[in-house]
Amino acid sequence: MEHIRTPKVENVRLVDRVSPKKAALGTLYLTATHVIFVENTPDTRKETWILHSQISTIEKQATTATGCPLLIRCKNFQIIQLIIPQERDCHDVYISLIRLARPVKYEELYCFSFNPMLDKEEREQGWMLIDLGEEYQRMGLPNSYWQLSDVNRDYRVCDSYPTELYVPKSATAHIIVGSSKFRSRRRFPALSYYYKENHASICRSSQPLSGFSARCLEDEQMLQAIRKANPGSDFIYVVDTRPKLNAMANRAAGKGYENEDNYSNIKFQFIGIENIHVMRNSLQKMLEVCELKSPSMSDFLWGLENSGWLKHIKAIMDAGIFIAKAVSEEGASVLVHCSDGWDRTAQVCSVASLLLDPHYRTLRGFMVLIEKDWISFGHKFNHRYGNLDGDPKEISPVIDQFIECIWQLMEQFPCAFEFNERFLIHIQHHIYSCQFGNFLCNSQKERRGLKIQERTYSLWAHLWKNRADYLNPLFRADHSQTQGSLLLPTTPCNFMYKFWSGMYNRFEKGMQPRQSVTDYLMAVKEETQQLEEELEALEERLEKIQKVQLNHTTVKSKQSEPSRHSGFSTSDNSTANTPQDYSGNMKSFPSRSPSQGDEDSALILTQDNLKSSDPDLSANSDQESGVEDLSCRSPSGGEHAPSEDSSKDRDSDEAVFLTA
Amino acid sequence: MEFAELIKTPRVDNVVLHRPFYPAVEGTLCLTGHHLILSSRQDNTEELWLLHSNIDAIDKRFVGSLGTIIIKCKDFRIIQLDIPGMEECLNIASSIEALSTLDSITLMYPFFYRPMFEVIEDGWHSFLPEQEFELYSAATSEWRLSYVNKEFAVCPSYPPIVIVPKSIDDEALRKVATFRHGGRFPVLSYYHKKNGMVIMRSGQPLTGTNGRRCKEDEKLINATLRAGKRGYVIDTRPLNVAQQARAKGGGFEQEAHYPQWRRIHKSIERYHILQESLIKLVEACNEQTHNMDRWLSKLEASNWLTHIKEILTAACLAAQCIDREGASILIHGTEGIDSTLQVTSLAQIILEPRSRTIRGFEALIEREWLQAGHPFQQRCAQSAYCASKQKWEAPVFLLFLDCVWQILRQFPCSFEFNERFLIVLFEHAYASQFGTFLGNNESERCKLKLQQKTMSLWSWVNRPSELSKFTNPLFETNNLVIWPSVAPQSLQLWEGVFLRWNRTSKYLDEAYEEMVNIIEYNKELQAKVNILRRQLAELETEDGTPDSP
Repeated sequence: MEHIRTPKVENVRLVDRVSPKKAALGTLYLTATHVIFVENTPDTRKETWILHSQISTIEKQATTATGCPLLIRCKNFQIIQLIIPQERDCHDVYISLIRLARPVKYEELYCFSFNPMLDKEEREQGWMLIDLGEEYQRMGLPNSYWQLSDVNRDYRVCDSYPTELYVPKSATAHIIVGSSKFRSRRRFPALSYYYKENHASICRSSQPLSGFSARCLEDEQMLQAIRKANPGSDFIYVVDTRPKLNAMANRAAGKGYENEDNYSNIKFQFIGIENIHVMRNSLQKMLEVCELKSPSMSDFLWGLENSGWLKHIKAIMDAGIFIAKAVSEEGASVLVHCSDGWDRTAQVCSVASLLLDPHYRTLRGFMVLIEKDWISFGHKFNHRYGNLDGDPKEISPVIDQFIECIWQLMEQFPCAFEFNERFLIHIQHHIYSCQFGNFLCNSQKERRGLKIQERTYSLWAHLWKNRADYLNPLFRADHSQTQGSLLLPTTPCNFMYKFWSGMYNRFEKGMQPRQSVTDYLMAVKEETQQLEEELEALEERLEKIQKVQLNHTTVKSKQSEPSRHSGFSTSDNSTANTPQDYSGNMKSFPSRSPSQGDEDSALILTQDNLKSSDPDLSANSDQESGVEDLSCRSPSGGEHAPSEDSSKDRDSDEAVFLTA
Repeated sequence: MEFAELIKTPRVDNVVLHRPFYPAVEGTLCLTGHHLILSSRQDNTEELWLLHSNIDAIDKRFVGSLGTIIIKCKDFRIIQLDIPGMEECLNIASSIEALSTLDSITLMYPFFYRPMFEVIEDGWHSFLPEQEFELYSAATSEWRLSYVNKEFAVCPSYPPIVIVPKSIDDEALRKVATFRHGGRFPVLSYYHKKNGMVIMRSGQPLTGTNGRRCKEDEKLINATLRAGKRGYVIDTRPLNVAQQARAKGGGFEQEAHYPQWRRIHKSIERYHILQESLIKLVEACNEQTHNMDRWLSKLEASNWLTHIKEILTAACLAAQCIDREGASILIHGTEGIDSTLQVTSLAQIILEPRSRTIRGFEALIEREWLQAGHPFQQRCAQSAYCASKQKWEAPVFLLFLDCVWQILRQFPCSFEFNERFLIVLFEHAYASQFGTFLGNNESERCKLKLQQKTMSLWSWVNRPSELSKFTNPLFETNNLVIWPSVAPQSLQLWEGVFLRWNRTSKYLDEAYEEMVNIIEYNKELQAKVNILRRQLAELETEDGTPDSP
């Protein structure tokens, strides 16, 4: 690799984030796809793998007596601090990583070299797992009001839209093309979600090019066609998800928003969600708070408030709730747009769909939802998540916010989702990892041009294969929370939105609950299933024997068998139970005792919440890149409670891997 | 005094009750000596049954002749009663005010309450100090029970029986008592069986400005150290506060006089600062603001979570000294009845698996709070809505319960009890039909003859039918020390208490129910499988030739 100036540096220190005095000594390797740190400790040789595509920033800090520190911040919120003995080596690593973390062409991304050892057929099947055609059928389309339009065949009308789109039947090609010319980047109104219970729909588009007074007959006809496609309501809502001031400013540039006087029977509504630049800064500020070393409660809460992050999450949720209520309670269709209609519009449409339709709260349905409102409608994954080197001002945590909205809902409705928190975290990880082709590029057109499906693998198939890891044990298809739309309280309850430490501090294991209720219950359910099978088998055998020896009556007493119930310990029995630094800056607390040494180690050594089904997800992995993914999972499968994975130390994991 | 004198209007019809998340109910309001009762006339089902002692404050207002009384409870609930007729409303309001602020303890409901259940085990005798000591005496002979305080003469806030080092006689204890605040000489709080280290607690030493010392005191606490070992004194006050205390005759252990001890100062707030924190927090929770930022700043400004973090940190430090440093500790603040008890009891939650069981936790509250002389009567006299800010009112016990909840949240499988148990303890500490939390110490409880005249909370709680409600279905014995995280990211607002009346808990309750179902079903199957296996084994043994699988 021409970009790797030095493939290997020895005697590097990996600094413990929590107690900087402690550091692991090891060797640093640079490969085409990963940064790998291997500890010298001979019995563990713990490894830390970082994908180049996860690297967000690299900071070379002032050289000290011990060496030259390098701080790597990752897009999945991991922070790695290395100390490299020689300034020259550090510089080489730094320069190499700067280049490696900023690939200039798609072919450099990991998904083009990642090979999970599947054959061609399996790969193709993987890509077919999520099928939007099926999804529109599930919604009840086409029907007498909506039809599949081929107006965008070969991306003739709009190059950031998919080729297959649903539009009102009464919207002729002429109307669509006319409307598209009156909309930013020609993103004309198209169907996002159809609520078959009452024919109301959620449509999406970009802003109209109305300026201060411009009109477009076809665009007005287009909105009318959407209204007519819903016989149950005589008006439609037009929701502009921007703050009013931003929308008004756009008018000066010949863009803007719908004038209620020009469109018949629309109700126009602003819902102020801030733009990508505000959101990027907000996340930045919140991450600074997360990074604080032993902050006080006030530092943390004040910083969290100051970042505005939860306020923005609430704004997105409020918009989603407004639309879901308009559709389900008022029976009115809604047209949603922001500026280009690919960020806030995607967030709001998908949140509203998920509130309305329980299908999107299932594992498969959630994948479909992301495929529909994000991937197919041209959310600019490449620009927003910086997969290729580009304009840093384009980067923004748009889908991260959507994922967090879902987590906030999961906290309020614990039985309503088929999937668990881990599923959301892994999806977030892979949006940045570029290990799978799903989130590449900025549009369907670009992806087809690159032949993504022939050259890379689909994340959805990977997640589906490992779905046992992602199930919510509290989900039951016949539970009342899984039926119909999620009813959120009408009164605004700000306290319902909470800081998500499982995401933003997820590599600080010590901060997370040390025992996982989800894993515990999944283990119980797994055992229950085995018991059901055993019960059936026993009954059968008993019946058989009883038939044979009907007349036997003497019964010898026998001790009951010990219960198989071996416990589902979810806590790590040794390492989770290490105290943290509670003494703060106490001078009077001595540091002479030998046991003082491990007191700070809790935050690293504690249980690894993440299952190791994904090499890059568990920060330390024994895998070589591109090796069959599954091999890293515990082969013991059913025998062990899945939670035991989390309590394994690296030792046993490695052993498992080697024998697998 | 007759309650009837205070009840001018015992009964009003057509009263409308408003509660959050419930439809309004119209019914008849009745006042009795201890309860406010509202029942709708239609089906005669009970709608509201509120102890007067649970009422923290009331507001009244009038629109024409329709009066409204807003009742703010000590458990933070707010309800509204619309009462037709100005006179009736005024009468009701003044009765409630009088009945909810009775001066005499013996007029409180526990003295009138007759249980409707059969007492299986008398809770007053469930946790006798002698029995608790037996748990230790198997492991160590270095300690003894002392009856020096039998008549409450040596220390009025101590129980009659305390555990002290074996080598210290009662005469020495009397001397030490004169050197410690409130006569609270150092006593054993916890013995760590794993390494023999101990937690002791006391009041501050009365060194004063001239550095007074007491040989017996030094001897007593040194007697707890192993040869060549050092111990830690954890003073729950910051150094400057401890120094200021000398001017008032208090003080702290000078290193010169206690060379084997190292002093650590922590800062845990007390008194009105805590009460104000609670008032601000509850106010923030009750405010239905439209603005996310205001919620976070109000949460921050209340400082409640800061107090939680401080208390937990001190408790973790204490536990760390014991378990990791292998050092004994002495904990005190000023009087040794508030922050001291928070730290000693939380350290035990961390260190001692037994204190995470239901009975063990009850024993802990009995030992470290009731017998240790936490003045419940004073501290829990008023709650978050009180107008009369008295210095002695403070949510010390609620903070302790909140800290336990924080640990429970981080170790959801390591506690035998659930959140509901903690909430019930909170409720009963402030208003109860049971006598357990009456009085400020054992001496007062003795004089009130609580054991004879009232029912113990434990008599009720420990009945199998009640216990099942408080049992955590996820519990699995965890014999390890559990180290909680005290990072701000790990500490949360205790919604079950503070948002209980401000949000619907329907979905969370359903989730809990589902969790119970999953585990119950598993146990049921387990039992069935075991029976069948046994049957099969019996049949096969008879047969002599077990058939091959």
